[in-house]
Amino acid sequence: MEFKDYYQVMGVARDATDAQIKQAYRKLARKYHPDVSKEPDAEARFKEVGEAYEVLRSPEKRAAYDRLGTGPRPGEDFRPPPDFGSGFEFSGASGMGGQGADYSDFFESLFGHARAGANRSRTRDFDAGRGEDHHAKIMLDLDASLAGGARAFTLRVPEIDAEGHLTMRERVLNVQVPKGILPGQTIRLAGQGAALHPAEGGKSGAGAAGDLYIEVEFLPHPLYRIVGRDLYLDLPVTPWEAALGATVKTPTPGGPVELKIPAGSHAGSKLRLKGRGMPSSPPGDLYAVLQIALPPASDDKAKAAYRAMAAAMPFNPRANLGE
Amino acid sequence: MPLPDEPCLTGEIFEEGTVLSLHDLKQMFAVEERHIVEWVEEGVIDVLEVDAVEWRFRGSAVRRARIALRLERDLGVNAPGVALALELLEELEQLRRERRVGHP
Repeated sequence: MEFKDYYQVMGVARDATDAQIKQAYRKLARKYHPDVSKEPDAEARFKEVGEAYEVLRSPEKRAAYDRLGTGPRPGEDFRPPPDFGSGFEFSGASGMGGQGADYSDFFESLFGHARAGANRSRTRDFDAGRGEDHHAKIMLDLDASLAGGARAFTLRVPEIDAEGHLTMRERVLNVQVPKGILPGQTIRLAGQGAALHPAEGGKSGAGAAGDLYIEVEFLPHPLYRIVGRDLYLDLPVTPWEAALGATVKTPTPGGPVELKIPAGSHAGSKLRLKGRGMPSSPPGDLYAVLQIALPPASDDKAKAAYRAMAAAMPFNPRANLGE
Repeated sequence: MPLPDEPCLTGEIFEEGTVLSLHDLKQMFAVEERHIVEWVEEGVIDVLEVDAVEWRFRGSAVRRARIALRLERDLGVNAPGVALALELLEELEQLRRERRVGHP
């Protein structure tokens, strides 16, 4: 088992005061909080920091942890001493952050027994007549939302086993994707959460199971970006199409359309196609954002054309730069 | 593609199709009524009709309340701070989506 240096995780000295530890925790928690951070490993780092804080904030756990010293030498395996924690009374997990209690093996081996009981009561549903609600997250293609319809999803559902440990169970479900569902929205499947455990003595029958909440996030789409209910498409046009106006074939979720580019358009011009965004009531819009694509001056004819343009149009694009 | 032998489950979009009462939110998050009142006063969550005798909330309030609770607990932020953080996070999310920055 890997030894965790909680002081190193928190970036504090071993003799840091409670105030210093709290300050370090707040700073790291802000940096890695999964609701705030876009760091790729934010969730893992946040858990690690939360676990370190859970130990170092509690005088009993910190004292017991300090007795382990600085851990084994690099490469050596860590085993908790058989008398670990004797003489200390752990009060169990308090309101630690993170997505439920999901501690490392190292933490579990030292403090796990103190946690199980506390965690169990914390995750119990407050409505005594129903089983727990479950939450899961799926990645969806934009096209699946545009079309709606049945899809199979593999969900990883957290469950608390008989010993109070958190385990992940795989569950495959056919789900009707509501047409036009947006990223960040949730599909609620009534009665697909946890069944009410008989020992908990709830009302038996159909209403006893909790609900399953499936949060939807979108995979990046090769053409469209989604903002609210609107879709954005980068539409490349030639300089003469932008300058003189043109009608160009443009993809939309409902199939290609002929889009009129007004004369005098420029790079970044947004052309709105009303109602061609996400299907909902009212539907979103599709914005074609113009990108001016320059033809390469790859042969003499093209070069001559560019020179002719330069001669015909004395144009200084840097006039606003003050030179 | 759906699995052939399994039934297909139909749900609703929770953010749009669900209306919740103050009592529902209290139960869902195990918080006191004054905590929710503070969220509403500070703009963390919105009520459907401000003048209604009984407050009703759209399902989308749940996501905001969940983030609010986590930020309060993990970062020690108060309700006005949460409201500010939520606004800034939404603006950031919108800009990221528009510019495609930060997508996997």
